[in-house]
Amino acid sequence: MNNVLQIVYLIPLLPFIGFLINGLGRKYLSKSIIGIIGSGVILASFVLSIWVFMEVKGGNTHVASYFNFISVGNLSIPFAFQIDQLSSLFLLIITGVGFLIHVYSTSYMHEEKTEHFGRYFSYLNLFVFSMLLLVMGANYVIMFIGWEGVGLCSYLLIGYWFKKNEYNKAANKAFIMNRIGDLAFLIAIFMIIAKVDSVNFADVFAVAEGSVKGKSFTGNDITIITLLLFVGATGKSAQIPLYTWLPDAMAGPTPVSALIHAATMVTAGIYMIARSNILYSLSPLTMNVVAIVGLATALLAATIALKQNDIKKVLAYSTVSQLGFMFLALGTGAYVAAVFHVMTHAFFKALLFLGSGSVIHAMGGEQDIRNMGGLSKKLKTTYITFLIGCIAIAGIPPFSGFFSKDAILLSAFIKNPVLYGIALFTALLTAFYMFRLLFITFTGKFRGTPEQEHHLHESPPAMTIPLIILAILSIIGGFVGIPEVLMHGGDKLTAFLSPVIAAHETHEISHTTEYGLMALSTGLVLAMILFAWTKFKNYQRSEATGFGKVLENKWYVDELYDKIIVQPLHKLGGFLKTVIEGSVIDGLVNGVGKAVNYSSRQIRLLQSGQVGSYVLLMVLSMLLIFIVQFFLRK
Amino acid sequence: MPINYYIFLSIALFAIGIVGVLTRRNAIIIFMCIELMLNAVNLLLVAFSKMHHLATLTAGDAAINAGSDGQLFVFFIMVVAAAEVSVGLAIIVMMYRNIHSVDVNFLNRLKH
Amino acid sequence: MIPVLLIVIPLLTGLVTFFIKEEKSARAWALFATLVTLAVSIAGLTVLKDAKYLTHYSEWMQPLGSSFSVRLDGMGQLLCLLTAVSYPLVFMGTWSSTYKKANNFFGLMLLAQAGLMGVFVAMDALLFYFFWELALIPMYFLCSQWGGEKRIRVTFKFFIYTFVGSVLMLIGILYLQSKTPDHSFSIESFYKLGQTGVANKWIFWFFFIAFAIKMPVFPFHTWQPDTYEQAPTATTMILSGVMVKMGLLGVIRWLLPVLTSSAYMWSDFIPPLALIGLIYASLIAIRQDDIKRLVAYSSIAHIGMMCASLFVFNKYGMQGVMIQMFSHGINIIGLWIIVEIIEKRFGTRKLSELGGLAQKAPAMAILFVIIALANIALPLTNAFVGEFLMFNGIFQARSIFYVWWTVMAGMGIILSAVYTLNMIRKIFYGESNAITANAADLRWNEKLALGIIVVLIFWMGIYSQSMLQLTDGISGDILEKIKMITNKQ
Repeated sequence: MNNVLQIVYLIPLLPFIGFLINGLGRKYLSKSIIGIIGSGVILASFVLSIWVFMEVKGGNTHVASYFNFISVGNLSIPFAFQIDQLSSLFLLIITGVGFLIHVYSTSYMHEEKTEHFGRYFSYLNLFVFSMLLLVMGANYVIMFIGWEGVGLCSYLLIGYWFKKNEYNKAANKAFIMNRIGDLAFLIAIFMIIAKVDSVNFADVFAVAEGSVKGKSFTGNDITIITLLLFVGATGKSAQIPLYTWLPDAMAGPTPVSALIHAATMVTAGIYMIARSNILYSLSPLTMNVVAIVGLATALLAATIALKQNDIKKVLAYSTVSQLGFMFLALGTGAYVAAVFHVMTHAFFKALLFLGSGSVIHAMGGEQDIRNMGGLSKKLKTTYITFLIGCIAIAGIPPFSGFFSKDAILLSAFIKNPVLYGIALFTALLTAFYMFRLLFITFTGKFRGTPEQEHHLHESPPAMTIPLIILAILSIIGGFVGIPEVLMHGGDKLTAFLSPVIAAHETHEISHTTEYGLMALSTGLVLAMILFAWTKFKNYQRSEATGFGKVLENKWYVDELYDKIIVQPLHKLGGFLKTVIEGSVIDGLVNGVGKAVNYSSRQIRLLQSGQVGSYVLLMVLSMLLIFIVQFFLRK
Repeated sequence: MPINYYIFLSIALFAIGIVGVLTRRNAIIIFMCIELMLNAVNLLLVAFSKMHHLATLTAGDAAINAGSDGQLFVFFIMVVAAAEVSVGLAIIVMMYRNIHSVDVNFLNRLKH
Repeated sequence: MIPVLLIVIPLLTGLVTFFIKEEKSARAWALFATLVTLAVSIAGLTVLKDAKYLTHYSEWMQPLGSSFSVRLDGMGQLLCLLTAVSYPLVFMGTWSSTYKKANNFFGLMLLAQAGLMGVFVAMDALLFYFFWELALIPMYFLCSQWGGEKRIRVTFKFFIYTFVGSVLMLIGILYLQSKTPDHSFSIESFYKLGQTGVANKWIFWFFFIAFAIKMPVFPFHTWQPDTYEQAPTATTMILSGVMVKMGLLGVIRWLLPVLTSSAYMWSDFIPPLALIGLIYASLIAIRQDDIKRLVAYSSIAHIGMMCASLFVFNKYGMQGVMIQMFSHGINIIGLWIIVEIIEKRFGTRKLSELGGLAQKAPAMAILFVIIALANIALPLTNAFVGEFLMFNGIFQARSIFYVWWTVMAGMGIILSAVYTLNMIRKIFYGESNAITANAADLRWNEKLALGIIVVLIFWMGIYSQSMLQLTDGISGDILEKIKMITNKQ
């Protein structure tokens, strides 16, 4: 066992074992043991991931095939894992951030009953297991298993407090919207099977590159496959038109929102496209669609976030918006920038969510920022880390968000200045609503009840330590991808990922332009923060009016979907049930029975009971037969 | 004697039987009419059999009883008719005991 | 020998059961008998996997051209195993239900098992018909004696409906027999039948309607929700878990290879019909308030998918149907077991009256959620493999309409998630109410039955290869034959 790549199966297996222990033993184990097992297995996976990372850093890659999952005719789908630079990076993010969130959860969820505490950790472990399957799968089907698996865990965790029907509905919504995306993913897999007879990444990409004799994609095939995969990604990564589930998913416990709905699961779509970058690069049409949809989502979600009053909803829309940025990067061909932003976003968004969890914890479950204010005095650590998160997401150098966002903006600029303009505008909105959130929550006067004010306290270390670690990562996380122009050889990430993501041809732009763009965005963001400061430092509650109301109601998209999709289907179901099923089909079937019944009742009248009439009929019929027999027959 | 006479006689008997069955309501009379019809058929069978028997005998070396099957049938019919009479009369007696009448029009209970 | 044992054991034990007056002993005896059958069936899969044990031939009505010819091929093994596994599960899952004249109940159940086994192994058309009816008639008595309030009317409908189908099939069988050169009912003679002839394309419908009623496929399905609702649940489990597979087997073994060119001719027509049924049934399921009817409609939807993928004539579809026949049987029995428990404990089947069971009965909630999610084909559960292959098969169909079919099948998959999750939510989540406040969790027998089902679900979901290998040969053979004939045209 000198090579860790031989035992990579342990990385997903450990969380799965944790899931089994916590799930089956939730009634018998104590909370602390559950917490230790739940976090411990993730820590073990994290250690293994680091080890794996060290291995692949030297350029090692490994495909481990275990058994045949499905094999029919020519098609054989192995249960196989692929370890390369891209997956090892995601392994680190998932297990690393995942571990911190597990630790945080042991404290955050401490008031739950032991049984439910165990259930929570088992779900969380199961989620990590699925997510690891997703990124480690060596073919699209294993990826799909993880893909649906994380959807399931998300469903289970959103509906974790299953007594509240609202939450359950949100869980259902998340699952079903994800399923729509999954369906497109599935069809894309079928199309790949039709063309390649295999779903292994290596085979598919080889065919796409044209290095396999007798098999090839036409341009149309590639476009359709990539578009379908992208639809799959819009479901999982909450893009237009399938984004509405993510804000509702905030019904789950806050650490869940941090892990699943910010740091890991929602980035699965980006992982999938980055993984398939060879296919995407072959289809300019799809690339444009991805860029436009991503940018539109980023803008739409940012506008909605401006007017939200639920602390988690603001962060949720911010997540949607940031994911939009990542898709913009993918669409403009900057795969590395997208992956980079996934990483930094995982740090600062997990930080922000966990910070909001700390706030909610302190406020005794209150989530409405209109009832907060002035929390900075009581929640010092939370305030500082939250501030760091806000600066990072706003994109101020040298915090991590600056580098990743700058890479995205730059690639948008190279592609098309219009894209850049809108993206920059969105980035400014981001800075504005994040600092609005910060100021309303932490500065000014406390606006809640006196009881809440009395209850205010800083969270225990199990919660603040993860916050601090994430804050540090949010600050330094960007240094792995410093642009060439600032530091020669600073862009280590691109170099690291180059075996998976081939460097695309870069348009040479002058250093002055690049400096200019950086300065422009930084300056405007700072101005935006100042603007937010003047506006919200002494926030007074007021009702939204006019356009603000439209934003507060999320552009009425949920209502629109309800009107044009959900209601008609519901009505159609009712119509089919009562009218078609009840009257038409069953009516027809029963009609046959009734007709038989009716005609026999009519014929019964012949049976008068008068012997005379029987005999008469008999004689007449005999005569008839006689006549037919003798006179009509030829 | 030509066969026609037998045929006409048995048609006449048969017709009388039918009319009797159709028009009368007294069960005993209907019963007698049925017997009349049966005997009309018997008569015909015997007549044809005799005719056929003669024809085969004159044709050449045939068995002495060739063509006499029809007469056998008559015996069967007579046996069956006798059985029928015994059962039928028993029914009529039972009917009389129950409804004090032998009018068949009262016998329509199956209808209900 | 094995196939004969599979028929004879339930037949004889069933007849014996009629004489065991005491309910407990009758039940125990029946369970014992089914376990013996299961053991024999497993032996047929593994230890005695030798052609000489898997076939049997003896003379039977020789002048008519019929013989007692039975064989366990891959599909037969699969479905016999399903039958053999289902019965103990059903008896275990409903161990606490009591019946009037229990001996008759269990006796009839075992007779039905004999009929089912016979259908799955018969290699002679007349024998096939014989067992087909043998399976149907006990079902009629079971439903009409032990069913719900409206049982008489509903059972009558069920019987007449399926009987019409059977008679049509008999006509078809007799017609085809008259066309065989040696006037024989054996499957080999049927397989050698000529494909031309105008009558064939109509005879196809005689068979197809019989099978479609049994499955049931839209629009021949209206007997099914009523019957499932009214029949005693143990019977419903067998009806929906095993009996509907008779129709599918009929199509695979007696229709596609026999009337191939007619089937090919109609192959642009039947998948859309079945897929419309899939969407139709799913939409109705969304609006159902009665759990039993909901599960019944979900079953119609799943069968629609299977029927559609039979007529796409490729290996994916065929193998998908094979494995899905087994998965669907197992899953739906699991669902029925829990539905039965809910109805017995709370006296209601209405979703609107239930709620909050997850608090009171966590074990039930967990097992139900697993089975329900398997039913909607979540990866790593058994149904995923089947649905993945079938869906893939539909997508790879040679028809020009394949895109539309894929879209329809996909809609069905999404809608299935909608009604299943709604069902879970309404039964298990939310606050408990007056009806569910004092719910008790599962008993040991129910846990055991459901536990076995869950193990099977994951076993087949992860290592599906064990099942796929079983039927690989037979699906290959049938497709080969279809290919040969359709290529000629």
